[in-house]
Amino acid sequence: MNKTTLYDMHIKLGAKMVDFGGWSMPINYGSQINEHKIVRSNVGIFDVSHMSVFDLSGPEQEKFLKNLLPNDVQKINTPGRALYSPLLNEAGGILDDLIVYNLGDHYRIISNCATCSQNHGWFTKQSDNYDVNIEFMNNFSIIAVQGPNSGNILKSIDMNGLDEMNDFDVTNVNSMMVAKTGYTGEEGFEIVIDNANVKSLWANLIDAGAVPIGLGARDTLRLEAGLNLYGTDMDSANHPYESNLAWTLDFKDIDRNFIGKSALLKIDQTACKELKGIILRDKGILRSHQMIEHDSGGGEILSGTFSPSFGFSIAFARIDKGHNGEGKVQIRNNEFKVEIVSPPFMRKGKIVI
Amino acid sequence: MKEIPGDLKFRPSHEWVRVEDDGTVTVGISDHAQDLLGDIVFVELPDIGVQMSAEDEVAIVESVKAASDVYSPISGEVIEVNELLLDNPETINESPYSDGWFYKMQPDDMDELGELLSPEEYGEVCEE
Repeated sequence: MNKTTLYDMHIKLGAKMVDFGGWSMPINYGSQINEHKIVRSNVGIFDVSHMSVFDLSGPEQEKFLKNLLPNDVQKINTPGRALYSPLLNEAGGILDDLIVYNLGDHYRIISNCATCSQNHGWFTKQSDNYDVNIEFMNNFSIIAVQGPNSGNILKSIDMNGLDEMNDFDVTNVNSMMVAKTGYTGEEGFEIVIDNANVKSLWANLIDAGAVPIGLGARDTLRLEAGLNLYGTDMDSANHPYESNLAWTLDFKDIDRNFIGKSALLKIDQTACKELKGIILRDKGILRSHQMIEHDSGGGEILSGTFSPSFGFSIAFARIDKGHNGEGKVQIRNNEFKVEIVSPPFMRKGKIVI
Repeated sequence: MKEIPGDLKFRPSHEWVRVEDDGTVTVGISDHAQDLLGDIVFVELPDIGVQMSAEDEVAIVESVKAASDVYSPISGEVIEVNELLLDNPETINESPYSDGWFYKMQPDDMDELGELLSPEEYGEVCEE
């Protein structure tokens, strides 16, 4: 089992560790619900060093990325910007989702942990026709600092210059990469730091009042924020149109070809399924694989959980188009009425359903 | 980990039973079980008056992680349920052996208790 550099510190903090894509990671440090609420109301820190970091080098990085990704890195052609994109195969199926960063002297990709070797192989294969090199970096740790007080706490440990950052800006502070990104729907930052320095950063953040948060709360936070989880909400059998990711496909540059483009152009968007948010206000919990029905068809629950912010259950589901906002779901032997909405459920501390 | 009270009997599937002075029994789930489940967010309790056989599915616990069945440790009639849990399911996390009890029953046959585990035996099951 892989361990992050912070493993011993998690154990000392009393974390419950679980196998997460081959990594031993903290699921919680006590109460997942309390941890969730701390991120919504104050500030929490997450060890997300299991994520995969790839650094690009060579003169044709941009050209390579324009072909590799359906979102267009033209949008981040000024240094200090980051872009979310799915990674597609030729059939338009989703291989992973990732963030690509323009760091000025080179581009960096951060993608999921379970897909690390798949992605490394895919990037290398796709780089054949480009003067570009892709290196998997295992010398980095990643700490996510998330919550309305994330900026304040970073300032208190002398990480300055973050006030002016907009979402998806990225900068360098004291030799750390700091991006204004996250997976919680709150104000927050993700910090990529050398393994050698991560323990002191983690300890300093805790001394300053940040609370360690497990990946359990990360999952409920991201679901409320309407953010997909690769492997649960989408995989290579799904294309972006049925995964609420049409907004990540950039066809503006008609001369740009990218992997999966021709397959995507053949998809009948009026006929395919769609990924929607589901709300169950009654007492019951929506879980993966439960079946949902509505006026014009149905589908299946993807991620489903109890939402600590709302006090009832929310989920994503991939369903037939043509619903009227209402549906029915089977939980064990009972049928429950559910609402069908467009994600997100919550953004920056505000309810948006 | 909380200490296991000495007057309890256990099923290996983590339910506990306590025999009360009036001959009824109280049933709940162990500290180890609530720890494995994580924050409990919802319970479905049996109806009062229902007749249960040992090993019947009697209740459902939903946590942030998963839904789990609770099995009746012995046979008997359900005579009371802990309605506090319906609005305060976190009581099971906080007090699994006391305020977090699930239901009380009038047992059919006290001899069935002999087939359950002692706290020591149950402790060994949890170690495995």
